[in-house]
Amino acid sequence: MDNFEFDVLREIGNIGSGHAATALAKMLNQKIDIKVPQAVVCDFNTLCEMVGGEEKIVIGILLTLDGDVDGMMMFLLDIPSAYGLLRQLMFSDLKDGDELNEMHNSALHEIGNIITGAYLASLSDLTKLKINASIPYMSIDMAAAVLSVPAIEFGKLGDKAVMIETEFDAECGRELNGYFLLIPTMDSYNHIMTSLGIC
Amino acid sequence: MSTMHKIGMAELDVCKAPDAITTLGLGSCIGCVIYDPVSKICGMVHVMLPDSTQIRNNEKIAKFADTGVRELLRVVLEAGATKSRLIAKIAGGAQMFAFKTDNEMLKVGQRNAEAVTKALNDLKIPIAVSDVGGNNGRTIEFYPEDGRLLVRCVGKSTYCI
Repeated sequence: MDNFEFDVLREIGNIGSGHAATALAKMLNQKIDIKVPQAVVCDFNTLCEMVGGEEKIVIGILLTLDGDVDGMMMFLLDIPSAYGLLRQLMFSDLKDGDELNEMHNSALHEIGNIITGAYLASLSDLTKLKINASIPYMSIDMAAAVLSVPAIEFGKLGDKAVMIETEFDAECGRELNGYFLLIPTMDSYNHIMTSLGIC
Repeated sequence: MSTMHKIGMAELDVCKAPDAITTLGLGSCIGCVIYDPVSKICGMVHVMLPDSTQIRNNEKIAKFADTGVRELLRVVLEAGATKSRLIAKIAGGAQMFAFKTDNEMLKVGQRNAEAVTKALNDLKIPIAVSDVGGNNGRTIEFYPEDGRLLVRCVGKSTYCI
């Protein structure tokens, strides 16, 4: 993968997370400012540092992709952001540290579904490729463990991954930190590049 | 003074007592330790994928079970361990997400565990304990001084194997 191709992936990430933020704003029915998403190309181990260290507990929502693009899409949220989102959505009495029940988990799945759906729809529009996403799967665990699943997938392709960090600012003044990872398989990666007129 | 050596994904390292070696947040990856209880020399590798021959981009040997375990043996022997005394301990290989599918791509934890076990068997290194599978991440610390492998998980108390 050369620098130009990484730039393309970065731009895909930028557009995707813009759409995702719009979806989030609609869902929360409030204004959301997004900072310019940061796209970085890093190896597996720096990936963990970016989200706050290997053992930081995060919520990972993973979707598998098929159709013209095979692979995985992951949305990572840190715990304070997840609680903030849940409070905004419907559980206004949820306090930090409260245990999450089935309703909360289900809401988080749905947040992940909507946000990643918006991201993938923009990718699909851009490339004119058909992308089917699975239902969302969720895991709450150490960042390195959650990230190992997409890292392994990306590991087949090379030693680096493209990570897009998006910071959302909602009106409540609380920062929401979300991270997107898009991991196409080798073949699908070529599909994306070809459909964009590259290589 | 003892030092804690830390290895990341697709890395390996060796150390000697009183030092210890750790890897944080193993998910579907496997942390494999081999050690010599007499010379108290040990090595750990953090492998991500089962088979290097299936992957084109395979120069990073610590990433794969087959090449990673072989390389681990080489460096541990180079550090002064004796082959006939070596013992292995392995942990990891969890399934982090509850997929309801037969997709092979998603069962990589289980395949990693099988591949590491096979690689150790091929090299005739006995496996003393193996704490693989499940659906939670693990942080492991190995102390060559007494051969303890500490396993830490989220929401559970630390245990020793």
